[in-house]
Amino acid sequence: MSEFVAVSLSVNGVRYDVAIRPWRTLLEVLRETLAMTGTKRSCGEGQCGACTVLLDGDAVNACLYLAVEAQGREILTIEGPAGGDPVLEQIQASFANNGAVQCGFCTPGMVMITKDLLSHNDAPSEDEIRDALVGHLCRCTGYVQIVEAIRDAAGALARRAGD
Amino acid sequence: MDRDPREALRDLQIIGRPTPKKDARLKASGRAEYADDIAMPGMLHGKLLRSPHAHAKILRIDTSRAAALPGVRAVVVGGDFPNIKFGNLPQTRDYLPLAIDTVRYIGEEVAAVAAVDEDTAEEALDLLRVDYEPLPAVFDPEQAMRPGAPQLHPHAPGNISAHSAFHFGDVEAAFARAEYLREDVFETQAVKQGMLEPHACVGLWDHAGKVTLWSCKMSPYVTWRQLAMGLGIQPGDVRVIQTFVGGGFSGGKQEAMPMDFCAVLLSKKTGRPVKFVHTMDEVLTIGHMRHPMKIWLRTGTGRDGRLLAQHCKLIANGGAYSSIGGFSMYLAGAMLNLPYRVPNIRYEAHRVYTNNGFCGALRGHTIPQFCFARDSQLELVAADLGIDPLEIRHRNALQPGEVTANGFRIGTFAFDECIERVAQISGWREKRGKLPKYRGIGFGCGSHLSGARLMGHSASAAEIRVQEDGTVQLTTGSTDVGQGADTVLSMIAAEVLGIEVDDVRFTRVDTEITPVDPGTFGSRVTFFTGNAVKRAAEDARAQLAEIAAQKMGADPGDLVFRGREIFNPGDERQRIKLKDAVRWGAFQLGRIVSGRGAYAAGDEKIDFRTGHGNLSPAYNPSACAVEVEVDPETGRVTVVGFWGADDSGTPLNPLAVKGQVLGATVMSIGHALYENLIRVDGKVMNPSLRDYKMPLATDLPRLADFQHSNVITWEPEGPFGAKEAGQGAGTGVLAALANAIYDATGVRLNRLPMTPERILSGLKRVPEWNGNPGP
Repeated sequence: MSEFVAVSLSVNGVRYDVAIRPWRTLLEVLRETLAMTGTKRSCGEGQCGACTVLLDGDAVNACLYLAVEAQGREILTIEGPAGGDPVLEQIQASFANNGAVQCGFCTPGMVMITKDLLSHNDAPSEDEIRDALVGHLCRCTGYVQIVEAIRDAAGALARRAGD
Repeated sequence: MDRDPREALRDLQIIGRPTPKKDARLKASGRAEYADDIAMPGMLHGKLLRSPHAHAKILRIDTSRAAALPGVRAVVVGGDFPNIKFGNLPQTRDYLPLAIDTVRYIGEEVAAVAAVDEDTAEEALDLLRVDYEPLPAVFDPEQAMRPGAPQLHPHAPGNISAHSAFHFGDVEAAFARAEYLREDVFETQAVKQGMLEPHACVGLWDHAGKVTLWSCKMSPYVTWRQLAMGLGIQPGDVRVIQTFVGGGFSGGKQEAMPMDFCAVLLSKKTGRPVKFVHTMDEVLTIGHMRHPMKIWLRTGTGRDGRLLAQHCKLIANGGAYSSIGGFSMYLAGAMLNLPYRVPNIRYEAHRVYTNNGFCGALRGHTIPQFCFARDSQLELVAADLGIDPLEIRHRNALQPGEVTANGFRIGTFAFDECIERVAQISGWREKRGKLPKYRGIGFGCGSHLSGARLMGHSASAAEIRVQEDGTVQLTTGSTDVGQGADTVLSMIAAEVLGIEVDDVRFTRVDTEITPVDPGTFGSRVTFFTGNAVKRAAEDARAQLAEIAAQKMGADPGDLVFRGREIFNPGDERQRIKLKDAVRWGAFQLGRIVSGRGAYAAGDEKIDFRTGHGNLSPAYNPSACAVEVEVDPETGRVTVVGFWGADDSGTPLNPLAVKGQVLGATVMSIGHALYENLIRVDGKVMNPSLRDYKMPLATDLPRLADFQHSNVITWEPEGPFGAKEAGQGAGTGVLAALANAIYDATGVRLNRLPMTPERILSGLKRVPEWNGNPGP
């Protein structure tokens, strides 16, 4: 059908050539076309942050981003590259060990925003962490253990970098 | 006699250790499969058509144009179902899978379509034509109770959906004797569950006639029964498979919803699996929310502030359907008995049908609303009588061993200690009356149950199968909804069997495999299912001890289970790996090690007509202090400090307990200050997470000023001394905030939420405020 356009996306280091309708969001294409369902669909209007992915290292709400616009940029999702991503893995471990995961629906987005934050600021203050989370909702934890997890991840990554 | 928890914990290997949630890594890496993540070959996508009218007759539904749209595979309307109303109790069965002849609120489900993709299904909704005859509607519960008001349901004259009334003691005599009396009216708002995962399901009606529903249900067996009821088939023909649950807090994940019925019926029509996912707009528009209430509370005390009598009249705006509303009314009144001693009580509650989205349970159920009223008023009583706010609470605090006016038997109940702990960690005595202008500190208390003894299904069961590799398959009918049931129940099994938490595999509910269970609500899982798991593990341990004893020529009574081994501490020769015992038992004796356990909390029952009876096997008190700063120019409240304490018994997994109490606290801050589902003539005006304001990370006090402390007791009836943890801690927060805002500004807000607008308009009315006097 003529309404489809050919799009080439680079996701977690792998190139995908897909035919999509041009109005499809990056979230829809990731979840439905590429079957990468780790990125969550919740509010659909950029309020909750559950669908956060990184585009060339910067966090965006995939529900508000057209897939066609993500061409030529490196998309990183919660699934991460096949060979693993040590920063993502440390953040995930810190979230688990600090009780920052309850229902887990906000968690992929929280992990991605943490990766974005720590790539720009390797020793964020409590206020900087809270400010980074302002586009993310969590109804389970009351955020305390998430803030603690991010602090823990920052510390662990800094120690590792110092080794 | 209570055990000393510290001493008891010293003997335990797993219990009491902060333990990361078993599924945390899976969830944090995006690999947990939620209902919306399911894809099946040939799967269709469903959408629901909703009523634009608050109250109307359905005259005709024309589905022909929608059905003819390319890509549409089937359409269903109410008449395609057998016209059987479903619900929890016979008197609350008032809901249909789809409306047939009448719609009663804006957003009620009228028809559903299945199409090859969501866009096509959405487009098809626009082609469905429904002719309505609008009926007069009523939105305010007090108007709905008046003669001549529009009537919603033929079975409920006067729109009375539920009525609960009871009294204990000699209320009139006690009021006559009282040296101090006051009456106040409090109002609370509609609040949504606010879970991030919208309701989602996949339905399949296979060619053999089996109906399968994959769904994010907290209480899958409730859904299972209701689905069979509304479809007019046997429960045995229905299978509900629970997916990961992305937050619940009761509501639609507690019961069968129209989407569940439509998914399976559309599947029957098409021969394909059909998926439904609500948009956030739908989640916020449809029913299931906290009951808005008007609470009139009259209190009589002695000059010393001791409570002599309380009379509460309550009207709840129930919305268009019942849900669990009958029990909601009983529960608010039951809380007149906790955590304070009130010897004489009168309670009258009406839940009223109106043409709004319907109400039901939400974390804390109807307890937070009543605690808001009672603890706000208690502060006023204390001020009038010149009694310190903490002192009046101490004077009235229930003590362990007491029996309340309505028959609650209080076991462990460290309420005095909770009050003192909060005073200590908050610096209450240094702050109260000494904070700068527009800064204030307030106190609030509450209480909760560790599961309820209900008239219907109350008991839980568990099965434990020990495998030949020494791991354990733990099967219960309870669900992990993020609260950590998977982990705490596994910890209990691991503790009893002397293995590690990682050795236990926790099964999600599948009604064909797992034991039938009431579900996840009322803080019952750790207590009820936890006790069942403990007993199942003890049963498995006894079987293993017998096998090991036979193998080693030992006495089963001498054997200890620890470190994945079974051994006799008195004889070093008698030692075997647990897995070797399982293998030997299976290979040589043909014995399968399979333990079973159940917990029913005794055979006491509540008489809901008189309100008398011991609802729960254990009760927990909580207290908190909140410090706020109010901007007099904008009315904005900043929560600068929060200090809470509760008696959750012995925390089995302190990491999870911390998450539960802080989560409940922050949810309550949202309830108190921001959240309000605004309805105008039944239409939700803020159905998005942009306009329905939930707390953000930036709304909390700094971590150093945000603390919760467990006052640890050993509850003899709980598994390893535990009580509930997920709801009680939030119940006193609303009043604490109201009292803190009053302390800061002199503005007493009896109405929630306490928005900047209400605070500013209050500030105009109060004379220059010099703060509460110091203690």
